[in-house]
Amino acid sequence: MNSLPLITSWLSLGSLEPHPNVTPSVIFGLGWLYLILFFMNVAWTWRSFHKGHHIELPAFVGGGHLPTAAIWAVYSTVLMLVSIIHLSCSSSPESFWLIMPDFAKAAIDFVVADARRYFAVTVGAFGVMLLFRNWLARQNIGWALLNLSLLFLTISMTDWDFRQIVGKPDNVPIVAMLFIVGFFTWLFFYRANENDRRAAQGRPPVEAENNEKVLTWPDLVYTEMICMIAVTALLILWGIALQAPLEEPASAVKTPNPSKAPWYFLGLQEMLVYYDPWLAGVVFPSVIIGGMMAIPYIDFNKLGNGYYTFNDRKFAITTFMFGFLPLWIGMIILGTFLRGPNWNVFGIYEFWDVHKLEALNNVNLSEYFWYGLGQPLPMAPAGSDFWTQAPYILLREAPGFLAIGFYLVALPGLMAGTIFKKFFVRMGFVRYMVFSNLVLMMAALPLKMVLRWAVNLKYFIAIPEWFFNV
Amino acid sequence: MSVGDYIRDSQIWKSVFRHPAPYDRRNRVVVMLTNFFLHLHPVSIKQQGIALSYTWCMGGITFFLFLVETITGVLLMFYYRPTLEWAFNDILALRDVTTLGIMREIHRWGAHAMVITVWLHMYRVFLTGSYKPPREFNWVVGVILLKLTLLLSFTGYLLPWDQLAIWAITVGSNMARATPVLGHEGPGFQFLNLGGYDLITNASDARFLLLGSRFVGEETLNRFYILHCVAIPLAAAGLIAIHFWRVRKDGGISQPL
Repeated sequence: MNSLPLITSWLSLGSLEPHPNVTPSVIFGLGWLYLILFFMNVAWTWRSFHKGHHIELPAFVGGGHLPTAAIWAVYSTVLMLVSIIHLSCSSSPESFWLIMPDFAKAAIDFVVADARRYFAVTVGAFGVMLLFRNWLARQNIGWALLNLSLLFLTISMTDWDFRQIVGKPDNVPIVAMLFIVGFFTWLFFYRANENDRRAAQGRPPVEAENNEKVLTWPDLVYTEMICMIAVTALLILWGIALQAPLEEPASAVKTPNPSKAPWYFLGLQEMLVYYDPWLAGVVFPSVIIGGMMAIPYIDFNKLGNGYYTFNDRKFAITTFMFGFLPLWIGMIILGTFLRGPNWNVFGIYEFWDVHKLEALNNVNLSEYFWYGLGQPLPMAPAGSDFWTQAPYILLREAPGFLAIGFYLVALPGLMAGTIFKKFFVRMGFVRYMVFSNLVLMMAALPLKMVLRWAVNLKYFIAIPEWFFNV
Repeated sequence: MSVGDYIRDSQIWKSVFRHPAPYDRRNRVVVMLTNFFLHLHPVSIKQQGIALSYTWCMGGITFFLFLVETITGVLLMFYYRPTLEWAFNDILALRDVTTLGIMREIHRWGAHAMVITVWLHMYRVFLTGSYKPPREFNWVVGVILLKLTLLLSFTGYLLPWDQLAIWAITVGSNMARATPVLGHEGPGFQFLNLGGYDLITNASDARFLLLGSRFVGEETLNRFYILHCVAIPLAAAGLIAIHFWRVRKDGGISQPL
């Protein structure tokens, strides 16, 4: 196993070496991937056939029923043909036509190569997922979504830049994580919908039926044994197939561009774009940890304990999922796959150009306020001491202090009288204040993002003299 | 008498396993009570509570990965020396020449997998409302374990001593110098001063505590090595024991009330 050529090929980013989108080995590898997809879908067709599902055809084609298995059979056949085309391709790679078309690359990059549109799309997708959860959690739809995402991944492999970023050994688990998190989110809705339907009919949840006690040996210990063997096998295969990354020896003088934290902290590193290190790197992580510990003590809802449900705990699940999916996983994806040199956002098919420039003209809230009044910023005479400067600084940043005070003190009060009235009554003052402050701090990240994009806001409170920027 | 029966009838076998093989109901109960590893489990358990589509098996896989990391980690410790002179070369040798150098691959991929499974375990526990009374405290223990998992992974990231390692740790630990009051570029560090001299400087702040130096250097490598191999695993093992104990004491795997 010698991955040195691979390593040197990443290091040569930006060099004049050719970056071929398709090579014979890429085409051949994709042929195998399509073959695996084909077999997966043959199995699904078989399952579909035995379940005997039908879909109703619309009236304009004459009505009637069509077995779902027929659709999957056609799709599987197409996959087989595609696989054969790849595996038997002997013509020159340049003329290979089954590739991601340029207009599609341009369209996808247009959406993702911009933090604003990326965030809008992920939050939008999150909303769509919640709204259409009943439709999306059906089995055939779930399978179709899995196929769509796998097809997207495979056909994108025909792009050189995409392969560089997705094929990096440390990024492979992140790609896998996307599918795993997607699957379990789907599984949650599948089970929650079933229980919610049952609740509407006045029946107990699935978990409460057929719930006799069984002996731990063999029912649980065998499951555990199989899981252990499967995980061991997976790790060994993974270890054989993919070498752990090892770059050049450490050098304190050669700073890589971009310098990235380990992937699981990229959500925090992403926050650095919007908040200073003392908030994004210290205070917010502490609040996230503390806030998660506080969850059992602020959630007063007795329902939904020990079974899957969405309707019984709409607020709790929506809030937690919003934090976990678009804010945590979404930001890791942004940080891993889209952040390139100089921390600029790049498309997934875009070359990581070190010279890409993005204009940064951000304005502080205090500047908006005082210049808006047509006045200069309050400033102490040059060379004055700390106690002379302090009142000037505090006056200069007064709008920011008022805004933050309103956000964390007055706003919870306002919400207690309006949208969170029930929460306030059930929780009492202290618990309600902890709860509302946690929710508001979680909202502080998207809020700052939107303000940055909409009005180029840099800081609410800007006191670089004291390292106190909010 | 078959060989198997002969072995099972011997005094040695019987001194280890104090009852017949778990083929009948009685011995399936007894095995859970007399085996050290199995006694973590109750003797009998609710059928829906152990359904894979309910638990996702993520907590169990996380614990198993912790064991895999411990075993592969100990093996790697026999080989790897945490010094500037040897750290990178030892990893290079593990990659290219050492027998069973694949332990490093398994260790690294296992670590990535463990971060993912611990998140998914938390996701499942939240989605089934399993943190609700009487399991509030065990959720708190779980959050600390989540944090320890991330710290384990973070401290291990430095040990190969390549460009990927030191710059990821540099980016990550640079945050510490902005710690309020305790970081030399954090708000309020001026409050800690004695007769006009700052107590918090780049050689005494939170980042220095973490790195043992003003930059990521040999002291950092030593510090992270000990955190990674001794301190955090011990803390995690203790908390895992409490976590499992509390699962049993708080009523087992969560079920509809």
